[in-house]
Amino acid sequence: MTKLRRKIYMVAGYNTISMGTGRKEFNPKKERPGLEEYIREAGQAVLKQIGGAKNVDEGVIGNFIASRFNRQANMAGFIPYIDEGLRYIPCTRVEGACGTGALALAAGIKSILAETAEVVLVLGVEVQNTVKAIYGADILAAAGWAKERKTGHAYFFPGKFSDRSKAYAERFDREKTRAAMAKWFTNAIENARLCPTAQEFHNTTKDLQACGLVTPNPKGFVDSLNVFDCSKVSDGASSIAIVSEEGLRRCGIDKKDAVEVMGFGMAEDDITKPPTDPTVLSTTKVAVKKAFESAGVTKDQIGTVECHDCFTIAGVMATEAIGFAEHGKGIDFVLEGNTSRTGMVPFNTTGGLIGWGHPTGATGVHQAVTIWEQLTGKAGDAQITMKPERPYGLTINMGGDDKTLVSIVYKKAE
Amino acid sequence: MNYSEKLQNVTVLGAAGKMGSGILLLTAIEMADLSLLPENKGKLFVLNAMDTSSEALKGLMKYLKTQVLKAAEKKVIALRKVYEDRADLIDNSEIIDQYVEDVLFIVRPTTNLEAAYESTVIFEAIKEDPELKVKIFTQINQNNKKSPWFCTNTSSIPINVIDSKANLGGRVLGVHFYNPPAIQKLVEIIKTENADMELVEFANMLAKNLKKIVVPSHDFAGFIGNGHFMRDAQYGIAQAEKLMATASFPEAVYMINKVTQDYLIRPMGIFQLIDYVGIDVCQYIMSVMNPYLADENLHCDLLDKMLEIGVRGGQNSDGSQKDGFLKYEKGRVTGFYDLNKKAYVAVDEFQANCDSKLGNPPASVQPWKAVVGNKKKEEVFVAYFNDLKTFDSMGAEIARNYAKRSKEIGLKLVSDKVAFSENDVNTVLLTGFFHAYGPINNY
Ligand SMILES: NC(=O)c1ccc[n+]([C@@H]2O[C@H](COP(=O)([O-])OP(=O)(O)OC[C@H]3O[C@@H](n4cnc5c(N)ncnc54)[C@H](O)[C@@H]3O)[C@@H](O)[C@H]2O)c1
Repeated sequence: MTKLRRKIYMVAGYNTISMGTGRKEFNPKKERPGLEEYIREAGQAVLKQIGGAKNVDEGVIGNFIASRFNRQANMAGFIPYIDEGLRYIPCTRVEGACGTGALALAAGIKSILAETAEVVLVLGVEVQNTVKAIYGADILAAAGWAKERKTGHAYFFPGKFSDRSKAYAERFDREKTRAAMAKWFTNAIENARLCPTAQEFHNTTKDLQACGLVTPNPKGFVDSLNVFDCSKVSDGASSIAIVSEEGLRRCGIDKKDAVEVMGFGMAEDDITKPPTDPTVLSTTKVAVKKAFESAGVTKDQIGTVECHDCFTIAGVMATEAIGFAEHGKGIDFVLEGNTSRTGMVPFNTTGGLIGWGHPTGATGVHQAVTIWEQLTGKAGDAQITMKPERPYGLTINMGGDDKTLVSIVYKKAE
Repeated sequence: MNYSEKLQNVTVLGAAGKMGSGILLLTAIEMADLSLLPENKGKLFVLNAMDTSSEALKGLMKYLKTQVLKAAEKKVIALRKVYEDRADLIDNSEIIDQYVEDVLFIVRPTTNLEAAYESTVIFEAIKEDPELKVKIFTQINQNNKKSPWFCTNTSSIPINVIDSKANLGGRVLGVHFYNPPAIQKLVEIIKTENADMELVEFANMLAKNLKKIVVPSHDFAGFIGNGHFMRDAQYGIAQAEKLMATASFPEAVYMINKVTQDYLIRPMGIFQLIDYVGIDVCQYIMSVMNPYLADENLHCDLLDKMLEIGVRGGQNSDGSQKDGFLKYEKGRVTGFYDLNKKAYVAVDEFQANCDSKLGNPPASVQPWKAVVGNKKKEEVFVAYFNDLKTFDSMGAEIARNYAKRSKEIGLKLVSDKVAFSENDVNTVLLTGFFHAYGPINNY
């Protein structure tokens, strides 16, 4: 991918709470906000920061599968629901399973590049606590190939990543792999405790590492993952505006409050094929490489990463796909503390999918919002200090089992 | 003995009752699981849910459906394997629904006793009426050509009495579930001297497959569970009556109930437990046991008096507690019955006064909830009961004597050859009554 032909910024991000087990206010027996409330909350919060609906040229909404969780399709129709002023603007809904959010971002970026819009309102949303986890697993399995469902595990996706984790542990180091996954979990929760919208914000568990080390129980769950290795079931929405230079001016936003999109990479793999090597996230690798080339940066300039840790093992393997660690050394990289908030490259500084939450269709947008907050100094208690030699932020959003990938490189706008 | 063949045609009598419904649920799932084994393909499994109340059977089928659904959701990982060959069942939801259908398909609700004439195994959980049980067993035995096995859930009737009166030739066993059977882990198995050993083997295998803890008990009225509980209750009632010399009726009941719960670190006080089981049920079980007890009189006038007025305790069909010695509102105790006033007195009216009379328990006390799951509870009890020994308060005094009496009852069950061992007595109290420690201890 070549260098971007126009300057592109992201501004005015907003995350709702990631609602689900773990949050004190969550009660599965009581009525909760639905798609409408989450979309409106996130959308209005962005509009407020960009001078209102009148400044928006186009809307993109990412949602994975409300058609089954909420009996709702035609999601683009909820963009005008946010504000009367958005009626009749062009709107699109995109879907790429758990990679949906960043696909929405990419669609927005492309509109700006195509000069068909100067300000794009991007949202991601998912409301998944409408069914029990065991039935949610059926719905989420649609992120894989439907023809594999029959032979797949009851918990289909945990099953897929359990297989990856097993292969990785067998090939490299069983104990270290478990320890690194536990460390990943520990980092995630510690970060989430600093972010009031995180699903694990209220988590008070003392010995996190011990939780992470719990031996998996194949009778109750999958072979090689325990429940702490998994992101939870979440409801939530995130939103951000993607704007051109003109868009910035129109919305009256100062550059210090914006991040610039330096480059991005997208890659897709065949959904019907199993991974060539289960210990490698090969599509992620391609997408990150393209993003780096597009932005003209190397891994050594990346100061913080939001990666797609739907499972702890995916987080560990992402460190290798980015190039921070060699194949098989991601476990050491994590165990040495490089990805923790005080480490060389803090990963998932508000908890990532494991700690912050994973409202599937919103996750890619949430990642962008987090990077925007960190690079513009709006991350509150979760704020990290960017090192001058590593001024770039990176997001990786993944749909399915390393199938639908979008990676984006950001920098504080100058 | 062919376990699975024996379970191809089963009847549960009193299937819509408290115990019957749980036994039916467990049996239905066990039978369905057998029917789904590859080697049993094409074989017919039938479970008759027999009860005289048509209305109750309707409720039973509803209960069964929700419970089986829950069970299916829990074991969907295993179920996906069971239905591996069914190409049409793909999602968890489809597999779960199919399983629920398969279990319910086995169950035939009926009000006709004749259904049992074809069964090889008969579980019985009708009301605790010796004559009725004998009459029904006799009738089935005379009309059933398969020499069926009878598993009775009686709480108190000696099994050999049923055996000889119904002329069953050893084909009867006490398989005594605890309430509620689907949740309670304990099953007492009571065999008579001429019990069919194949039946004993079958019952043990079934209990194991249902993941129950089996405690064998000798065939003596009340067996271990009620052998302890009924005497413990009788003692508690007597202690309350003693207190009534200086305290009002509700105060006395309150104090004994409090000591037996808080000072003895039990899940509930003795009067609450009597309410839970049902005052009528307690009275009845005592009356069935009493004729078999040579050297004691197991009877409480107080229970008769309560029942005369119509205060019975027990549970509503939704599982909530009916008022008895105590008054319950939304699961909380709000009052105590006053037999003299024939009305409930609000607990706040006398609680503080009684509490100060009893005095505090030693500081090392912990609530039952906090210790029951504690791996080091042994240490807690050693320390607490040691403090209790020398502690000077009215509550401590009552508690000491109560614990002593409870131990005596336990030891007597062993020396009377009701229980095979002290350990069995403790297991029954720990698992069947959720006590945090066994009555036979050295604290
Ligand atoms: N409730 C307990 O805590 C408990 C515990 C262990 C054992 N038991 C024993 O289990 C048995 C049943 O007790 P329960 O508490 O479930 O009683 P219950 O009253 O809840 O159930 C009895 C059921 O039997 C039915 N019934 C009555 N006469 C019948 C007949 N002639 N034929 C078929 N069905 C008939 C009733 O309609 C009712 O549904 C008793 O022997 C009791 O001692 C009870």
